[in-house]
Amino acid sequence: MSDVHTEAARMRIVVDRGRCTGIGICESLAPEHFEVSDDGSLLLLSETVTDADLEDVETAVRSCPAKALKLEVI
Amino acid sequence: MTNEAGAGLVVVGASLAGLRAVESARRGGYTDSITLIGAEIYLPYDRPPLSKGFLAEGASPDYFLTEEELRTELNVDLRLGTFVDGVDTERKVVTVGDQEIPYERLIIATGAEPRVLAHLPAIDGILTLRTLEDARQIRDAIGEGSNLVVIGAGFIGSEIASSAQARGATVTVIEAAPVPLVRAVGEVVGKAISALHGRNGTRLLTSVQIDEVIGTDHVEAVRLNNGEIIPADLIIVGVGAAPATSWLADSGLEMSPIDGGIVCDAFMQTSAEGVYAAGDVAHWPNGLMDSTMRLENWTNAADQGTQAATNALFSEKAKKYETVPYFWSDWYGNRIQFVGTAIADSVSFVSGGPDEDKFVALYRAGDRLVGVATLNEPRRIMKYRRFIAERGDFDRAGDILQPATAASSSR
Repeated sequence: MSDVHTEAARMRIVVDRGRCTGIGICESLAPEHFEVSDDGSLLLLSETVTDADLEDVETAVRSCPAKALKLEVI
Repeated sequence: MTNEAGAGLVVVGASLAGLRAVESARRGGYTDSITLIGAEIYLPYDRPPLSKGFLAEGASPDYFLTEEELRTELNVDLRLGTFVDGVDTERKVVTVGDQEIPYERLIIATGAEPRVLAHLPAIDGILTLRTLEDARQIRDAIGEGSNLVVIGAGFIGSEIASSAQARGATVTVIEAAPVPLVRAVGEVVGKAISALHGRNGTRLLTSVQIDEVIGTDHVEAVRLNNGEIIPADLIIVGVGAAPATSWLADSGLEMSPIDGGIVCDAFMQTSAEGVYAAGDVAHWPNGLMDSTMRLENWTNAADQGTQAATNALFSEKAKKYETVPYFWSDWYGNRIQFVGTAIADSVSFVSGGPDEDKFVALYRAGDRLVGVATLNEPRRIMKYRRFIAERGDFDRAGDILQPATAASSSR
């Protein structure tokens, strides 16, 4: 459980394409970063995270039913 | 927070809602004791795969966390295979056998259990699906050449039918109602998605019931009320679920007279101070949809468990739990998604149609868009979820169907 708030400027979103099935909860929580495309694959609209949206992105990462998302220190 | 010696957070129910409650408590900085009690012997695991991927040969259970992560990192007193006998909300204790566990805050997340059909005989080969154990039994019985009869064409029954058909079973789905899934998605969309069975080689019979199960020790066939006899090695009963609250009969907690679910306020607190509920067991007034509801889906269990713990433990962060319900289901490689509510004045298709392999159906109540069902339209659905959360007017809902613009795809 690494929920320690790190400086957002040093975080990036990583998608495990093998796990993601396009359920889309991430898009409803952080639409500036995630969008499911017509074929169900996930588009990362913005890979890096700002301080302003860190909380939303963390929630999106945590809420993924497929455990396909993580935040990685750059 | 103030705390009597030893009394911390007790969570009854170690599935998704209970687990999310525990995680939320620790993430928020709660340092007192947490006890997580689960009836099953397994570590918390993900249930949606049980009717889908787990029914494939060789699939493994999807545990959320390891025992080490739960006990050490989250510092949880984990009690699995443990049935709670009751709760005394005056003395603030839950009872397990002859032991009493005191709580400062209690979260009830015991979920739902499958309804059964009382008139079916007590012979082998009749199963319901809720637990990993159930899923293992089903998986072992649906191989190539087997005959499966599914009673109930709801989401669980339909997912099992789809998974069994992929394994090479011959599947017949029997539904008592003329149209399946009416309560979940309404009549129009219920009919549209149920047609996936026939299009994919599964026989769906509606407005029929089972008159007799044939077999002495083990199921051999079923006889329908129209006289037809269908061979069956296995019968799955998928006729819905009811809140698992019988252990609360003497608790004095306010329960729904309709289904025995727990009545909560907008903060997920029950009628007893310090006692909260989350997930399939809980009725609560959902301000975003202007109605009191009880939901049996993954998204709600996760979010409600998280919020219930926050409200129970961190009064400065407490807020009403409001959500636009969301669930998904996968049948024969098709993705069905639904947001909002199916209780509406009218339903209209704005893309595709009920006989097509892709569609978008909008549910209108008054001037508001209140629900959306999609089949194989994964790019649309979450935009509608946000639109409903913003109480968008039905007349503006069509804007979402515009193709992705260069601006939105390059953001």
